[in-house]
Amino acid sequence: MEATSVRLILLLPLLGAAINGMMGLFAPAYRKQETIIGAIGTLAVAVPFVLTVLLFLGHDHGAHIVSTYTWMAAGDLSISFDYRVDALSLIMTLIVTGIGALIHLYSMGYMHGDGGYWRFFAYLNLFIFAMLNLVLAENLLVLFLGWEGVGLCSYLLIGYWYTDLKNSAAANKAFIVNRIGDFAFLLAMFLLYQAMTTAGVAPFGLDFTTIFENADVLASGTVALIVLLLFIGATGKSAQIPLFVWLPDAMAGPTPVSALIHAATMVTSGLYLLARLSPVVLEAPGVMMLIAFVGAITAIMAATIAITQNDIKKVLAYSTVSQLGYMFVAAGVGAFFVAIFHVLTHAFFKACLFLGSGSVIHAMHHVEHDLEHKGVLPSSDLPYDGHFDAQDMRTMGGLKNHMPITRWTFLISTLAIAGIPFLAGFFSKDEILFKAFELGYNGATWAFVVWGIGIVTAILTAIYMMRCYMLTFEGRERWPGAMDTKPHESPWTMTVPLVVLAIGAALTGYIGLPPLIAEVLGTESWIHHYLGAEYGGPVAEFKAEHHVPHLTEGILLGVGALIAVVGVWLAWANYRKSGLETDNTIRRRLGAVYTLFANKYFVDEAYDATVVKPITEGSRKGLAPFDQNVVDGTVNGLAKSVSGLSGWWRGMQTGIVQNYALALVLGVVVVVALMIFV
Amino acid sequence: MDFLASLPHLVSWVIFLPAIGALVLLFVPSDNAVRWTSLGVTVLTFLISLGLWAGFDAEALSATGPQLVEQVQWFPGVDITYFVGIDGLNLLLILLTTLLGPIIVLSSWTYIGKQIKGYYALLLILETGVLGVFASFDLFLFYIFFELTLIPMYFIIGIWGGENRIYAAVKFVIYTLFGSLLMLVGVLWLGFAAGDAVNDGVFTTNWYTLVSYSIPLGAQTWLFLLFALAFCIKVPLFPFHTWLPDAHVQAPTGGSVVLAGVLLKMGTYGLVRFCLPFFPNAAQTFAWPIAILALIGIVYGALVAYAQEDAKKLVAYSSVAHLGFVVLGIFAFTTEALQGAMIQMVNHGLSTGALFLIIGMLYERRHTRLMADYGGIAKSVPILTFFMVFSVLASVGLPGLNGFVGEFLILLGTFKSEVIGGWAITLIATTGVIFAAVYLLTMLYKTFYGELDKDSPNATMPDLNAREIGLLLPLAVLMFWLGFGPAPFLEKSERTVNLLLETIETKRIAAIEAEREAVVALPLSADDLP
Repeated sequence: MEATSVRLILLLPLLGAAINGMMGLFAPAYRKQETIIGAIGTLAVAVPFVLTVLLFLGHDHGAHIVSTYTWMAAGDLSISFDYRVDALSLIMTLIVTGIGALIHLYSMGYMHGDGGYWRFFAYLNLFIFAMLNLVLAENLLVLFLGWEGVGLCSYLLIGYWYTDLKNSAAANKAFIVNRIGDFAFLLAMFLLYQAMTTAGVAPFGLDFTTIFENADVLASGTVALIVLLLFIGATGKSAQIPLFVWLPDAMAGPTPVSALIHAATMVTSGLYLLARLSPVVLEAPGVMMLIAFVGAITAIMAATIAITQNDIKKVLAYSTVSQLGYMFVAAGVGAFFVAIFHVLTHAFFKACLFLGSGSVIHAMHHVEHDLEHKGVLPSSDLPYDGHFDAQDMRTMGGLKNHMPITRWTFLISTLAIAGIPFLAGFFSKDEILFKAFELGYNGATWAFVVWGIGIVTAILTAIYMMRCYMLTFEGRERWPGAMDTKPHESPWTMTVPLVVLAIGAALTGYIGLPPLIAEVLGTESWIHHYLGAEYGGPVAEFKAEHHVPHLTEGILLGVGALIAVVGVWLAWANYRKSGLETDNTIRRRLGAVYTLFANKYFVDEAYDATVVKPITEGSRKGLAPFDQNVVDGTVNGLAKSVSGLSGWWRGMQTGIVQNYALALVLGVVVVVALMIFV
Repeated sequence: MDFLASLPHLVSWVIFLPAIGALVLLFVPSDNAVRWTSLGVTVLTFLISLGLWAGFDAEALSATGPQLVEQVQWFPGVDITYFVGIDGLNLLLILLTTLLGPIIVLSSWTYIGKQIKGYYALLLILETGVLGVFASFDLFLFYIFFELTLIPMYFIIGIWGGENRIYAAVKFVIYTLFGSLLMLVGVLWLGFAAGDAVNDGVFTTNWYTLVSYSIPLGAQTWLFLLFALAFCIKVPLFPFHTWLPDAHVQAPTGGSVVLAGVLLKMGTYGLVRFCLPFFPNAAQTFAWPIAILALIGIVYGALVAYAQEDAKKLVAYSSVAHLGFVVLGIFAFTTEALQGAMIQMVNHGLSTGALFLIIGMLYERRHTRLMADYGGIAKSVPILTFFMVFSVLASVGLPGLNGFVGEFLILLGTFKSEVIGGWAITLIATTGVIFAAVYLLTMLYKTFYGELDKDSPNATMPDLNAREIGLLLPLAVLMFWLGFGPAPFLEKSERTVNLLLETIETKRIAAIEAEREAVVALPLSADDLP
């Protein structure tokens, strides 16, 4: 039963992708059948969701391996398509299929009328298939198959509207930057394999069961190096310093893609990987410190950039980078289950925010069309040479009156991500900060620094998210011709997912109550009990020797709540009073620093100058001519220098086959004769 | 397929059926009949060759001879025989060759417009040559077939090629001939020496006899260099690669597919079949220098590919990079890496073959290979785009498609290698996976994406027709199959590869021992005493 379910969960999305993809490609008439395409695509994810729920309800809290067939075997290597059903993979599968199904449903409305509807759903289904391989894999190579598979789908979907080269460029950037991370992932596997097999663990399938059982044969330096390499891989997929640069550009893809792939699921793969390998990662404390710092610095850096962005999706993209930073802090301080907790809450509120932004963009596109129809566009009131940009918050405002469902769900999610008590983000983010504090309290002073950065980031988060809400939904309607052109609320296929996700954004926090509150209520943190190794789950954690006193814990909770409220209030009060002017005030106050933020710390420019340009110019102006003139030139030169031979050779070019054959035979005869008689 | 396996002279039929077809073509009157006859012959060859798969029992392979053997005395007085058979090293390459046969015929259907009969006859002779190369277990026979492939290829490039075809064809022939004639010297020396040592003084080119002969270390070195040079030119290994871009760019599509698909593999195959087991000590001594050249090929080939503006030239340079991986796997001396190299030869034939086919289809439509002349054509030719993206992804080494399996095994096996293992080589070689994405995705970007100019011929060119889909589909299916289920293919070569590696190790140690004994046995003179 379980094995059948797992197979169906994996295969149905692949089947959906195959049907929509092949039919759409080879039968042009099929491309117009939006209802059929959308229904197949959505059901191919919704049915696996139902199956996962059933698996989850019937799960005995153990780890079950579902074996299928051998993928490849050579020497000591024997890799099978084996899958692991345990608490961690079930939680992730629930997120992937559950939120995935909602976003498929949403896409039926959002992508209505798009010429590549079939292609879109095929890619989206293929993505789910790859993502499920990633989270259900029992060995690193099948995980890697999913890992690169989601990268491929991300590439295809970022570049979905390929007629604009900007989108294709963003897609290439995403794929290549991710490949840099994958390069490290591959090296980690090579090292692990070499270390294990030379220690006598053979045959070896890079499987988690064998890894956990035999981790003690690895030298501590080897473990550290493997964890470091895997973490570098994670910085690619999960958009952390130094490989985060692809994610903001990835917003070129359709908004449901941003919600599903670039917020809720794929970008959390790096966290999943660390949580999956948590028993091994804990053996590399030095690397964990690095992970925590990279996470913290990424979090604050992205938050400062988010404050300066005007494109609603760019704000959310940097917000995602920042929130992923928080999750890495959790992993770095050894609280892997909290990282997964934040993955879960973030999946709800960030997917809701992205879909909300999609609903807004959808509405603004209609406004744009109306305005074009009325001849208002292009208008000199607009920032980009009179062009209208449906994603620019500067030409939004006042949408709350026209899109109530979008507005309320967006607001709830904004407050949730800001950490307003007792919404989901409050619980998960505070738990991360508390765990960092606890580690510091247990003697790792550096963890206090991480905690401090986390606190500052928290207040920035509240500010930039509330700014985003205020500029979009509150205040004056700022698009040209706003008097008689109004946006409309989106259809039910789009609003139903918003409502479901907003409910999640409000309530999912209660599965991870902080110890203090849990104790007061006489209960416990469900997610900790479900995932934690000490309760028989798959996720290990750092065990604190000294417990933070209740009073301190209470104060920390209070501080967390307070900074969220203050941040939200600051943004609310200022943007309500001055609207867009507030941005100018901030810009004046911050001066040069603002320029740095607004230009994303010039990281893209730096990479361009130090990596991209040298390689491009080097190969174009250096290596290609070198190959032509030096390498090939030498060959031709050698041939020519035998000048006496060249005339003789010309005589040979008779073009008659028999002559060549004759020459060949003669040559052989001569050499044989030489060998025999000399 | 089992009934095919019991066919008498199965291997010979597979080898010579195309050549017989070429003879038949002489009597075929019309161009269309020539095409259909060629298609029929190549399809038949492929179907019969499936019997080799069914008839080859990988587990039962012995160390003393191949399966499905045919051996006939050839020259009286010397041990040169017509000796063909099947083992794990050549089975898949032979099947790849027979599979590509009909695909190449179909791809030339409308592409070749002049002297059609000659073209197809040469193509069929070429197929026989390549099949003979892979099936031979006699070095002399191998050599004959090896040289036989040069002549048809020379004409295919020289007559049906592009503007600069004569230059490319001559360069191809002279370069390869230069290497293989040097090898001939090695073949003859080896035949006599092995004859004296292990064959009662009778000159021999029997592979199994030659393998049983442990060559003195000094002779190994120069013999290895003679053989390796010939094969490395063929692969081609950096810095001997410059004939390849010229040959590819000038060759007609069918020629490019043969070239990339199977002709280059004669080089890597030769390294595995002859250089490793004949000269194990020298092969390990030269493993580092060759691995470094392979490494340069991987990175340098990728970077030069990235700089190209001609799509065909880009793919040609990508071959230099991809075959660098194969050579690396060969000189790692581990089962994982060598198995990876074997499967990667097939993979490269499929995915690069497909890339050349698709570029040929574009060329047929627009008569240009410059990427700048295209742009946005994903809109006008979606099916062609699908096959292109698919083949690019296979070539990039995406897990789930074929290229990944080979690359992964090669790199995994290279890292743990005791000869060239560790960080230095593998770290740099693995950057190849990044660079492959850079140049191939850039090709997609320039050619297929962007705004489609409505007034250009790009907007009106037709998408793939049934023939074109039909010839690409088997390749795509195999790329997927070898990606998700390579195990049955790997099983076919595993035992052969292990036997080979055991032989190499035993011979290597024996040669060192022999040398040591020789040194000890030297009589000491009084002058040597302190």
